[in-house]
Amino acid sequence: MDPNGSLIFPSQVSTIAPEVDALFDFILYLSIIFFILVVGGTFYFAWKYRKKGEDTFTKDLSHNNMLEVLWTVIPTILVFIIFVWGFKSYMKMTIPPDTSMEIKVTGQKWFWTFNYAEGATTTNELVVPVNQPVRLLMSSNDVIHSFYVPNFRTKMDVLPNRYTQLWFEATETGEYNLFCTEYCGKGHSEMIGKVKVLARADYDAWLAGAGNAGANMKPEEFGAKLYKDKACFTCHSIDGSPLVGPSFKGIFGRTEKMTDGSEITADENYIRESILEPQAKVVQGFQPIMPTYQGVLKDEEIDALIAYFKTLK
Amino acid sequence: MSVATTANYLNAEKGIKSWLFTLDHKRIGLMYLFAVMTSFFLGGVFALLIRLELLHPGQDFFTADTYNQLFTLHGAVMIFLFIIPAIPAALGNFVLPLMLGAKDVAFPRLNLASFYIYVVGALFALYSIVAGAVDTGWTFYTPYSTTTSTSVISMTMGAFILGFSSIFTGVNFIATIHKMRAPGMTWFKMPLMVWALYATSIIQVLATPVLGITLLLLVIERTVGIGIFDPAMGGDPVLFQHFFWFYSHPAVYIMVLPGMGIISELVATFSKKKIFGYKLIAYSSLGIALISFLVWGHHMFTSGQSEFSSMVFSFLTFFVGIPSGIKMFNWLATMYKGRITFEAPMLYTIAFMFLFAIGGFTGIMLGAISIDIHMHDTYFVVAHFHYTMMGGTVIAFLGGLHYWWPKIWGRMYNEKLAKVAWAFIFVGFNVTFFTQFFLGSQGMPRRYYNYLDQYQPLHMYSTYGSWMLGVGFLIMAYYLIYSIYKGPKAPNNPWGALSMEWQTTSPPIQHNFEDQPVLEHEPYDYDTRMVVNDELIKKEDVKEKEDINV
Repeated sequence: MDPNGSLIFPSQVSTIAPEVDALFDFILYLSIIFFILVVGGTFYFAWKYRKKGEDTFTKDLSHNNMLEVLWTVIPTILVFIIFVWGFKSYMKMTIPPDTSMEIKVTGQKWFWTFNYAEGATTTNELVVPVNQPVRLLMSSNDVIHSFYVPNFRTKMDVLPNRYTQLWFEATETGEYNLFCTEYCGKGHSEMIGKVKVLARADYDAWLAGAGNAGANMKPEEFGAKLYKDKACFTCHSIDGSPLVGPSFKGIFGRTEKMTDGSEITADENYIRESILEPQAKVVQGFQPIMPTYQGVLKDEEIDALIAYFKTLK
Repeated sequence: MSVATTANYLNAEKGIKSWLFTLDHKRIGLMYLFAVMTSFFLGGVFALLIRLELLHPGQDFFTADTYNQLFTLHGAVMIFLFIIPAIPAALGNFVLPLMLGAKDVAFPRLNLASFYIYVVGALFALYSIVAGAVDTGWTFYTPYSTTTSTSVISMTMGAFILGFSSIFTGVNFIATIHKMRAPGMTWFKMPLMVWALYATSIIQVLATPVLGITLLLLVIERTVGIGIFDPAMGGDPVLFQHFFWFYSHPAVYIMVLPGMGIISELVATFSKKKIFGYKLIAYSSLGIALISFLVWGHHMFTSGQSEFSSMVFSFLTFFVGIPSGIKMFNWLATMYKGRITFEAPMLYTIAFMFLFAIGGFTGIMLGAISIDIHMHDTYFVVAHFHYTMMGGTVIAFLGGLHYWWPKIWGRMYNEKLAKVAWAFIFVGFNVTFFTQFFLGSQGMPRRYYNYLDQYQPLHMYSTYGSWMLGVGFLIMAYYLIYSIYKGPKAPNNPWGALSMEWQTTSPPIQHNFEDQPVLEHEPYDYDTRMVVNDELIKKEDVKEKEDINV
């Protein structure tokens, strides 16, 4: 459990979170009162009116208008209050402020891509400044996914044929879990990312550096970082075990049989093609389900990945 | 009392053919009972395997693909093969004509047809297990279900066919209730179980065709490639969700309403008290049936439907909660000044009050849109669903099963073992599912094969709870099956109940009653009638036996 959270909720890290939790607590207290009334009453009556001795006729208590009106009207009023409260918070969750910054989110099997207006692209890591409304414009490349950050108490489905939006304003710096909550197949439970909330200055510095990440790294080190950052590991292991796709261990120079029966030795061109046009040549025994990384990976990043694969003997 | 050895529906005709071609509602009910219990066993095994895999994060026993198939099969088998037909088609088939004082249902051949359609549908569903089991979840959301390589078609065709079986039962019950009540049994003198079955049948007849159409469209999209739901072919995936929930939300009331009907019977019988607020309970069943058609969008608050729709659906959702709440209060008031005994059916009634209250309150939480946004598709919803469906419907079903068991077989089960099994099930259920409320509110998404380490302790307890449940059901299977062969002979009316099914022999004769029964007293007249050792005692005859509870 979240060490900063309560027994019930993870810590509150968005402007809307306290409001959601407050309504939950309100209903929880009401529920406890009614639970004691109804279930406590059940136990009490069960004990008090248990059969003692002889069989007898019982009283003719068939109805009581006053009681029945009361236990219809009181709950009706209470749920009406709950409805209005829940709806008001929902409207706040739904309408992003005009000052929001915008980030494009793409969901696909089984990772998240975030595109910033400034040109930076990240995978499975959404970096945002603290105390700044952020509007996510989201769409999917394949099936339905759902974007969910428990600490923000917010969630929205990500659809293949339209844009959906979600906004939040993070109130504390730190790293928070990001889950896919619409079942999307084999890698559904691996479609987990992070939301990194940074102080404004740190965010600006990160954004400035994000465009030329890897500039001070050796290509194979940069490739190893990309393997993690771009979530290649979700489907490709580096220890030889086949996951959704073939393992990267010893991939460079390996000869594989393709689904069309031909044999191909993985060289630079094959790897580059498989990243940009994954369905072109698929290794036998695997399904043609990898999405294209066209527009996600730059040329120098593909170079770095190839350099990294060469080290995986 | 010697009737149990004479001819009854179980021994009147012999041989396998006399069962397979029977038109007797009691035998058809029993065949249904056998089929749904087999499905329940199968679905239960899937559930135990799911919990086993979730004991630890990462891969323990199954691959991700197998896990995804397991939770899909668990859901599909439990919903379509077990819980929808469990109370109406199995128990309801057996008791409805008896409760009405009728010889059979209105259309006995339709009744048998409904059973065989169920069997065909079940075979399709089972075929999909061997033919690369379907992995979409029981909800078949598009476009995942249009693009996955697993056997979506045979499972959806199975559900499509099962729908007809459900419609046939519904039509049959509606006609039976309208036309075949015993002389003197006006609408407001029917047992409340009959009201509940009536409301259920209306939903079955009106809602099931929509599921049929939806699943057929899905099959057409997959086979012919006409784009209805898949955006790649120009369709709209959210449309599928609207269609699907337009059936599947009313369907949860197909599941729970008959359970509420059973509880109304049990609470009155075991409190020996006139049911409190008869009309309000009857009307609330109809109210639930009506409103249940108007709330489907509360499954879709995060789906991209308009904010306005979400508002309307949230509003209406709260109003389907009110009639359920009313029933709870009425049952509680029925116990007031009763003369309560604690045989197994009453224990299940008390468990129902406990568990269904929790299911209801968490339903109110989920009805509030802002909370649902956080809870949607997490374990909180899984727990809520199981508290209403298993804690509600299945517990009521078990209560009803024990209640009518002596009537069905003419034998008593072992009461002591029944109490032990009840305790295992009640405690095991809470350990399994109460933990899941916390998992969900902490953010654990549903349908996850693997999970973050922070969720492990709660998952572990949930799995331990599932083992307790398993033990409880094993004990139950033992003493129930044992009682069929070796149980002591049951009296005609072991619980001293006043509704009509207890006025015939246990087990009933082939045509239910020797003569057409006439309603002599109402089903809950415990203020003026009681049954002791199968002997009806009237208050006007025994003035000295006045109520001593004053």
